[in-house]
Amino acid sequence: MRARSTAALAGALALALAAPVALLSPATATGAGGVEVTEALVAVGPEPGGAEVELDTSVFVPDGDGPHPAVLLTHGFGGSKDDLVEQADDLADDGYLVLTYTARGFGASGGRIHLADPDYEIADARALVDVLAERDDVVTDADGDPRVGLVGASYGGAVSLMTAATDPRVDTVVAAITWHDLAESFFPQSVRDSDLPGPFKQLWASRFFLSTAAQGMGEVLGRTSGRAPAAGAVCGRFAPEVCRLFLEATETGEPSPALLDLLGEHSPAPLLDDLDAPTYLVQGMADTLFGVDQAEATAEVLREQGTPVAVRWSDGGHDDLGGSLEADTATIEPWLEHYLRGPGVDEATDLPIPAFSWVLPRSRGQDASTVQSTDDPGSTTYESLSLEGEAQPVANPPGGEPQSITAVPSTGGAVDEFSDVVSTYPLAALPGQSASFDTAELDEARTVVGSPRVRLTVTSTGRSSTLFLSLWQVVNGVPELARRLVAPVTVATTPGEETVVEVALPGGTWEVPVGSRLRVLVTSTDQTYAAPRTARADLVQASDLRLPAVDGAEVLATDGGGLDDEVVGLLVAIGVVALGLLLAALVGRRRSHGPVDPDLADVPLVVERLVKTYADGHRAVDDVSWRAERGQVVGLLGPNGAGKTTTLRMVMGLIAPDSGQVHVLGRRVGPGTPVLARVGALIEGPGFLPHLSGRANLEAYWAATGRDQAEAGYEEVLEIAALGGAVERPVRTYSHGMRQRLGIAQAMLGLPEVLVLDEPTNGLDPPQIAGLRPVLARYAAAGRTVVVSSHLLAEVELTCSHVVVMHAGRVVTTGTVAELVDSTDTTVVTLAPGSDPDVLADALRGLEGVTEVESVPDVDEPHVVVVADLARAEVVRAAAGSGADVVGVSSRRQLEEVFLGVIAAASGSDPDLRQVRSR
Amino acid sequence: MTPSTTASSTTAGSTATLPGRPLSLRAELRRQLSRRRTLWSFVLLLALPLVIVAAFALGDGDPSEGSLVDLATGGAANFAIFTTAVSSSFLLIVLAALFVGDSLPSEASWSTLRYLLLAPVPRARLLASKLVIGLLSTAVAVVALIGWSLLVGLVFYGPADFRSLSGGSLDWATFGPRLALIAAYLVITLLPVGAIAFALGVRTDAPLAAVGGAVMVTIVSAILDQIDNLGSLRNALPLHDAGAWFSLLRAEVVWDDLVQGTLWSVLYTLVFVGLAFWMFRRKDVLS
Repeated sequence: MRARSTAALAGALALALAAPVALLSPATATGAGGVEVTEALVAVGPEPGGAEVELDTSVFVPDGDGPHPAVLLTHGFGGSKDDLVEQADDLADDGYLVLTYTARGFGASGGRIHLADPDYEIADARALVDVLAERDDVVTDADGDPRVGLVGASYGGAVSLMTAATDPRVDTVVAAITWHDLAESFFPQSVRDSDLPGPFKQLWASRFFLSTAAQGMGEVLGRTSGRAPAAGAVCGRFAPEVCRLFLEATETGEPSPALLDLLGEHSPAPLLDDLDAPTYLVQGMADTLFGVDQAEATAEVLREQGTPVAVRWSDGGHDDLGGSLEADTATIEPWLEHYLRGPGVDEATDLPIPAFSWVLPRSRGQDASTVQSTDDPGSTTYESLSLEGEAQPVANPPGGEPQSITAVPSTGGAVDEFSDVVSTYPLAALPGQSASFDTAELDEARTVVGSPRVRLTVTSTGRSSTLFLSLWQVVNGVPELARRLVAPVTVATTPGEETVVEVALPGGTWEVPVGSRLRVLVTSTDQTYAAPRTARADLVQASDLRLPAVDGAEVLATDGGGLDDEVVGLLVAIGVVALGLLLAALVGRRRSHGPVDPDLADVPLVVERLVKTYADGHRAVDDVSWRAERGQVVGLLGPNGAGKTTTLRMVMGLIAPDSGQVHVLGRRVGPGTPVLARVGALIEGPGFLPHLSGRANLEAYWAATGRDQAEAGYEEVLEIAALGGAVERPVRTYSHGMRQRLGIAQAMLGLPEVLVLDEPTNGLDPPQIAGLRPVLARYAAAGRTVVVSSHLLAEVELTCSHVVVMHAGRVVTTGTVAELVDSTDTTVVTLAPGSDPDVLADALRGLEGVTEVESVPDVDEPHVVVVADLARAEVVRAAAGSGADVVGVSSRRQLEEVFLGVIAAASGSDPDLRQVRSR
Repeated sequence: MTPSTTASSTTAGSTATLPGRPLSLRAELRRQLSRRRTLWSFVLLLALPLVIVAAFALGDGDPSEGSLVDLATGGAANFAIFTTAVSSSFLLIVLAALFVGDSLPSEASWSTLRYLLLAPVPRARLLASKLVIGLLSTAVAVVALIGWSLLVGLVFYGPADFRSLSGGSLDWATFGPRLALIAAYLVITLLPVGAIAFALGVRTDAPLAAVGGAVMVTIVSAILDQIDNLGSLRNALPLHDAGAWFSLLRAEVVWDDLVQGTLWSVLYTLVFVGLAFWMFRRKDVLS
């Protein structure tokens, strides 16, 4: 609730002047949270000519039984009641009955703009208090006296103050970024205790005008198309008497006494004597229109006459409708609560908020500003700093051009961003038209709160001198405006004589870093003001800068300060991420320590029901199970694509099986399982650091295992690799075979209990292949286990003791090689190349006891396989006797035949099998 | 080839855990130090200050008073800052991406990654070693660059105090610790670059993809940083505050951006490193 209403209050302020385009009124019967909205036209006093005027009003009735305390909301200049919907909804949610209206001369209300005229706008507001008094759902303090608070910003703020001053029924008033004296605001004079009006604040006057007159003008022109527009058309909905005086001032740059009188009357200043209601003033420090001096002037009068008053200096204002305004307007809530529902209603109590609080400038990323406060608004102390620099000449150019650009009123983001990056000093300090006076480098930091003072000595050629003073802070040689404000002065002078005045520089708060200088810049022109156009030369000197500070200021912890939101958010995010990572690491660590399966503890390698489907949907391995025992050389045999390498990858934990498991010595294998230290492997070809020598590669690999150098056994494995002198050359110079041999050697480093070699004979020449066989046999004979995968049948036949035959991702058959190829009743008779085995086959078929004869008419190696109940010698004798050219006799069939047979049985005829060759 | 491992020592379960620490930092450091890319990176980095000195000496155009170049030749301190400034925006970023991002995918491209994994080096351990050595190399590169340019500057331009562009100056007693802080902050801002490269390196087998990808991210981030409409959202961009170390050269340091830059860097680093570990934990290593 608090957050929402905060946003809404700031929104209403933001619309006070910046958004002349009103939102269309939502004609809904109910607002948020059961708030009932009724719209009505209320007749108020007529215009000077007697024209009837009705105001467009809305009443927001909160949910729940009444009566409720009431709040009257007034919008900003150029706005309408539609700007206030959100704020009204929020206040209604808080239990207040809210009356909003569009002021005379704006929106759907009738009449003309009299600019907070006590006889019109202020009388209108009193009439609306009457409306509240007549309602039976509003709390009353007496008959016809409703319990009501007035809230408004800018134009609405002044109307609220003036209404409260002229209507004793008002219980409290909150006025934000508004004026004390409109004459002072448009003709500001920063010379203390001077009655002379200052230069005309042309830029803002034009804006004021534009925000309403231009629209009205459009209407008039539209209606009178074809005819000359009426003389007063340019004034739009401005009341003619106000408009005329303004236009005069714009033309001359000088105020007429009539205009000064009118502006003075249309201000809270003359009425404040009668303001008894507790008053809360929020004023912005980013405000070239109504500076903090205006709120101070109002507060001073009220303090003197004993009216409860609190002041807050906000980091926002008409130039920066963001700033800290949002946080600052949130403090309205406890104020209204105190004086409309709380103890402040009946008795004179302490203020619900500090008498004076202020915001320090934000640094980047801070949403909440540092807020300080004091309960003693009079505790400002001044510190005197001397300014260096002799009197300097300053010329006012004829025609008042060019103009210094010092404080650029906000026009949106671009200018602000620009002046954040680049110092605008060169635009302000135009040569010949400016003079600057610096303090010495400050040896300690300071926090300025209030309006600094400076003594200005002017000797002029004219009878009056208009000058503009601004205070800069020179940090590392770069001058920056402390607050983007300028103090205009008009000094009455006697030509050739010195005049000394005390000037109040623009008030605000900021921090002066140690090591910086303060600089008072005096310029003869300023872009936001209509300066005299007559040429003039002045000799100016600024001296005795006095910096205000508030002793014993308290930091309001509730309104931010300390770490900014971004930092806090980041710290929280970092904490959350770090905690998550820590938890994940702990969980991961716990998982990696699987127990030993006692049944499998003594089996070097067990593969159970492995299934692996790759991301592309190819099922490479489908329910594969086999085991390798100690002392065995197991051949994993199958055509390319049978799933051999995928199986071995899973054995080594490189890829995760979809289901099934692998146990090495009873421990389940996962990624990086420690038990893999007892497995050595060559999978899918060797991998080496190409820039290192063969020996250095083995050493780097062994270093990566983290095990004792003495266990490695480099010399033994290098002997197997048989690289000779090449072992000292970089691996990138190696042939395929050399790398392969080094890869096998690397797999054997440390003599692992299980040695897994994937296609180890790739790239080896026949003698090397032959040399590898006894090495593997010896390796297994020592009680270790060797697993060799290959698609070369003869290779497996010669090397392995056991065979696992895979095809298309499945295990087709397993067993010892002997079981598969050997049988006592089979004799293979090999004939000389070129012979016809059929002749012999026919001869043997006739022999008694022969059960089966198969002729294999291979060109190079024709042979006949004989299955017989006879002793082998009988078969051989018969074969030789038939006259065939017998060159060899074997008890074994070729594994190829076995292999083709089992695979054919498993899959029918498969053309892929052609790739399997015996050699 | 004697069967040195006896049957008794291999009784099941007796050596469940690994002896020693797999892929110790020293082992990983040696792997990286043996690589040409490490050597050449440092050679080029250290040649940079000399190249800059030569360029200053060769050019006969007079630098305008108070210009960046004029300041750079003002003394060792100014020269060191100049070298740091010109290299921090791109050179150091590329180096960070290279050192941290390429160590894993280059193992994959040499096929040595799978042998490391079945050595076995636990996956988290593998990543941790590579990450630590990569980040350490980055830090060493930053410190080496700054220290070496200080030395080169001392030889060629003398030991004058630091003088800033805006006219302020810092004596050595202040400048020394500030320079150390600058080095530390630069390393911190490079952390996310390394972390992003590292996470990309886990996803890909191509070293170039990891390094180039991380550099690309920083470039895109720099482009987005130019778009004012994003407002304060830009604070969240990686390297948004990379230039905040300049404020360490002011007489009075403004810490806000440094603190926020540090925190954003740490957050990005944690997120991407965490992502890398999470992705690699159960990744199928097919390379």
